[in-house]
Amino acid sequence: MREMLQVLDIQQLTMDFGGLRAIDGVDLEVRQGEIVALIGPNGAGKTTFFNCVTGVYEPTGGRMTVRPPGKNVAVRLNRLKPNIITEHGLARTFQNIRLFQNMTVLENVMVARHCRTRSGILGAIFKNAGNRREEQEIVDFSYGLLEKVGLQMHVNDLARELPYGAQRRLEIARALATEPFLLLLDEPAAGMNPRETSELDALITRIRDDEGVSILLIEHDMKLVMSISQRIYVMDYGRLIAQGTPKEIAENPNVIKAYLGETFDA
Amino acid sequence: MDYFLELFFGGLTRGSIYALIALGYTMVYGIIELINFAHGEIYMIGAFTALIAASALSLLGLNGPALLILAGLIAVIYSAAYGYTIEKVAYKPLRKAQRLSPLISAIGMSIFLQNYVLLAQTSDFLSFPTLVDEFAFMEPVSHIMRSSELLIVATTLVSTVLLTLFIKFSRMGKAMRATAQDKTMAMLLGININRVISVTFIIGSGLAAIGGVLISNHIGQINFYIGFIAGIKAFTAAVLGGIGSVPGAVLGGLILGWTESFATGYVSSDYEDVFAFGLLVFILIFRPAGILGRSTKDKV
Repeated sequence: MREMLQVLDIQQLTMDFGGLRAIDGVDLEVRQGEIVALIGPNGAGKTTFFNCVTGVYEPTGGRMTVRPPGKNVAVRLNRLKPNIITEHGLARTFQNIRLFQNMTVLENVMVARHCRTRSGILGAIFKNAGNRREEQEIVDFSYGLLEKVGLQMHVNDLARELPYGAQRRLEIARALATEPFLLLLDEPAAGMNPRETSELDALITRIRDDEGVSILLIEHDMKLVMSISQRIYVMDYGRLIAQGTPKEIAENPNVIKAYLGETFDA
Repeated sequence: MDYFLELFFGGLTRGSIYALIALGYTMVYGIIELINFAHGEIYMIGAFTALIAASALSLLGLNGPALLILAGLIAVIYSAAYGYTIEKVAYKPLRKAQRLSPLISAIGMSIFLQNYVLLAQTSDFLSFPTLVDEFAFMEPVSHIMRSSELLIVATTLVSTVLLTLFIKFSRMGKAMRATAQDKTMAMLLGININRVISVTFIIGSGLAAIGGVLISNHIGQINFYIGFIAGIKAFTAAVLGGIGSVPGAVLGGLILGWTESFATGYVSSDYEDVFAFGLLVFILIFRPAGILGRSTKDKV
């Protein structure tokens, strides 16, 4: 197997809230074109981990680096603002859907193009040809993304009017609109029925294959995790307790213990 | 009937000014959930800037309308710079503090600016020159509505329409709506929210300055205190219409303007404020979020 380039490198990440250590020295890496899952019981610190990587929280310790593929640079993420991290090519979705409910489906995607376009406030008022072209490109690009996630029928609906599964797909389309090389998905299958979950499975794989986006996901649906991820990290009480291929994880006694408790061990 | 119409248009004028100022309150509240109590002072500073600019420019021998437009433009730019700076100095450092802190800072800013203008200018009323003559076509209705009033109403209408289009269709407008709904998510989508907040203050301040210039041209005198009263009234208008809502601010402004005008005309000018605030209390009892306001759910 050829050596894959690292796109995300987290070393010894630590996050304290007052006296509570939510994340304790976690190491994690994602390589280009990989789908990596981060699993663990509720409260293990998975979402906190995402919040640190995307700049929502400022971690207490550790080193977070991204290496955008194609560019021979490494970017330290520590202390960067969320919008700057997004500009560097990270995007994420949330466990509880956070769409802009009062905006249309198309607007939700268009607004995420903000950081990839140039013209500012003056451009909005005095529209020259270049501006108009850029505006048209944003609309076309957004339409294209919505088609990819199967929402082309709903472009002018308000986001809050969409059915649940469609809202999740819109969130993914909106994240992709920032043109990330690494997409962080926080429980994308939460609340989905089995059919929606299998569609999601196909969608995530397609994003990886067609767009070349590497994926790190938090998920509780083990069937989904086992079927799409190349590697899995397991967290419990803020610590990494296991890592490996799906097969290794399924057989790891520590993982079984963390999920089922001592009494079921055997 | 003429008396009624006079009161109607008087209320429309008053309401338009309230609306212009209320837009700034409501936009800032929509984005950062702060009542910018210094906003009334921006309106006052706009009026003073226009007076100074008009006095200086009149030396060049420009005619009235040209003076008004130029002085107005200078006032808008100058006031927008004030609004931008106030946000950077008094609110931005407190963005992560508890909600009471920026509010106190805003009140402090308001008192500071009032006293700054008091010291730099004077406590007396200064007369503002009449820059626009009565339009000839307004002659037949001049007993009902003056030209300076028409100017106020028309400018407010145009400003409101442009603002609405800006928020609805422009890229910055979309970013503003996104930021208002969910700041963290907006940042995660690459939106520079500091820039969005700055633009909000600049636009709101510019609108307030337009109001300040036009009302000075209409009434003909200004002093350092006009911003405080107008600010409180416009804030009332914003709350009445539903704070955070742009059409609500305009509607609230107009309703307040009419209430005051009719109360003054048919009851007594002593009761103007009683009716204005009585209406506020009455509406808030039945619609606590204001006429067009939505009761907001807590963000998770």
